[in-house]
Amino acid sequence: MEQVANYMYYAGGGGLILIGLYMVLAKTNLVKIILGLSFLDTGIHVLLVAIGYVRGRTAPIFSEGIADTTAVVDPVPQALVLTAIVIGVGVLGLALALAIQVYRHYGTLDVAKMKGLKW
Amino acid sequence: MIIIEAILILFMLVAAVATSLFRDLISAVVTCAAVSLLASLLFYLLDAPDVAMAEAAIGAGLTTAMFVVAVRKTKRHEE
Amino acid sequence: MRKAVALLLVLVVGAGFYVVLANIPFGVDKADVANHYVRNGARETGAVNIVTAIVVAYRGFDTLGEVTVLFIAAVGVGAVLLPASRPAAEEKTEASLIVRTGSRVLFPFIILLGAYILVHGHLTPGGGFQGGAVIASGFLLLYLAWPGQGAARKAFSAVESLSGLAFVAVGILGIVYGVGFLGNFLPLGVRNELLSAGVIPIIYVAIGLKVGAELAGVVGHLMERP
Repeated sequence: MEQVANYMYYAGGGGLILIGLYMVLAKTNLVKIILGLSFLDTGIHVLLVAIGYVRGRTAPIFSEGIADTTAVVDPVPQALVLTAIVIGVGVLGLALALAIQVYRHYGTLDVAKMKGLKW
Repeated sequence: MIIIEAILILFMLVAAVATSLFRDLISAVVTCAAVSLLASLLFYLLDAPDVAMAEAAIGAGLTTAMFVVAVRKTKRHEE
Repeated sequence: MRKAVALLLVLVVGAGFYVVLANIPFGVDKADVANHYVRNGARETGAVNIVTAIVVAYRGFDTLGEVTVLFIAAVGVGAVLLPASRPAAEEKTEASLIVRTGSRVLFPFIILLGAYILVHGHLTPGGGFQGGAVIASGFLLLYLAWPGQGAARKAFSAVESLSGLAFVAVGILGIVYGVGFLGNFLPLGVRNELLSAGVIPIIYVAIGLKVGAELAGVVGHLMERP
């Protein structure tokens, strides 16, 4: 029970990364591949924030009435993940625009049927 | 408390597996929004309110809207 | 065949994760640089939200890079989606009465909430990115209620470019006043008040407007072209 409580956040983030990796590699529909890319992003964010968590401490905001010497969790991974979320949505927008354009050109979204990619 | 966190993580992984198994692409996109929502709850439980707000606004709102628009302009069912 | 190879690769990567993550203890204090940011952050920058202080003041250069990447992605979406070869023959069906009336009532409140989150970035959880995303969601509601009459695309581009220029101009003003690029040159003020923390509110307002206009523009591009 102690082991489960210690590592379940790592298992959650790592599991999401593995599911996203499987969807990118094994699926043939382009929208499913882009969904896998989004899962890869979310899994990495969960893993990063979980590594920065310290037990028994609170959020890193010193509002009124909170002393300056309160113990807080690590704020550096949270700043990195904040930037990464916004970049992830930008990349996703560009990927979906490319998918729409590919459908207009080839008439299908199945990567196994796009003959133009072979030599 | 540990029970609640374990149930949320389990739901998130089950929803991710369900996304890869659905054939109707609109259902897959809706389950992806559920994964984003559960990830936002996990961020809140890990004492990161800034990240939780950003994930809820961007992941469960704008990403889902972009996916639905893209699926509507292409095929709805995966062959 | 392809699925079997993919499954094998996923299992190998999973084993690699297990070997590495089993050695990282969960919930234990790890880093020393965080101590410096937490102990001296509120005093040096004047912001009580330490995550905002890191994103804007201590690591402001990374935020400049991220804003550039988002700009390139938005330009890319506009460039990739060429106008369709066939004319827009499909007529847009109008949204129902409930959607139109509801969005007319909700839109000002959503913009107000987004502006509130934007401006109070250094005092409460929130800031530029979250406020910008909420404002973009408000414009998405308008796109859904009145399809076919997109919001002004040129106004979004103008707001986005001007906000980006304002961000870089504040950084260069830091050089002019002798505190380095993106340094702080305004007085720090009293903590926990709205007008405090030097240039942090100004930078975050510029970033928030830029991100909001960009995301609304990207969604508008995806919806407009048939």
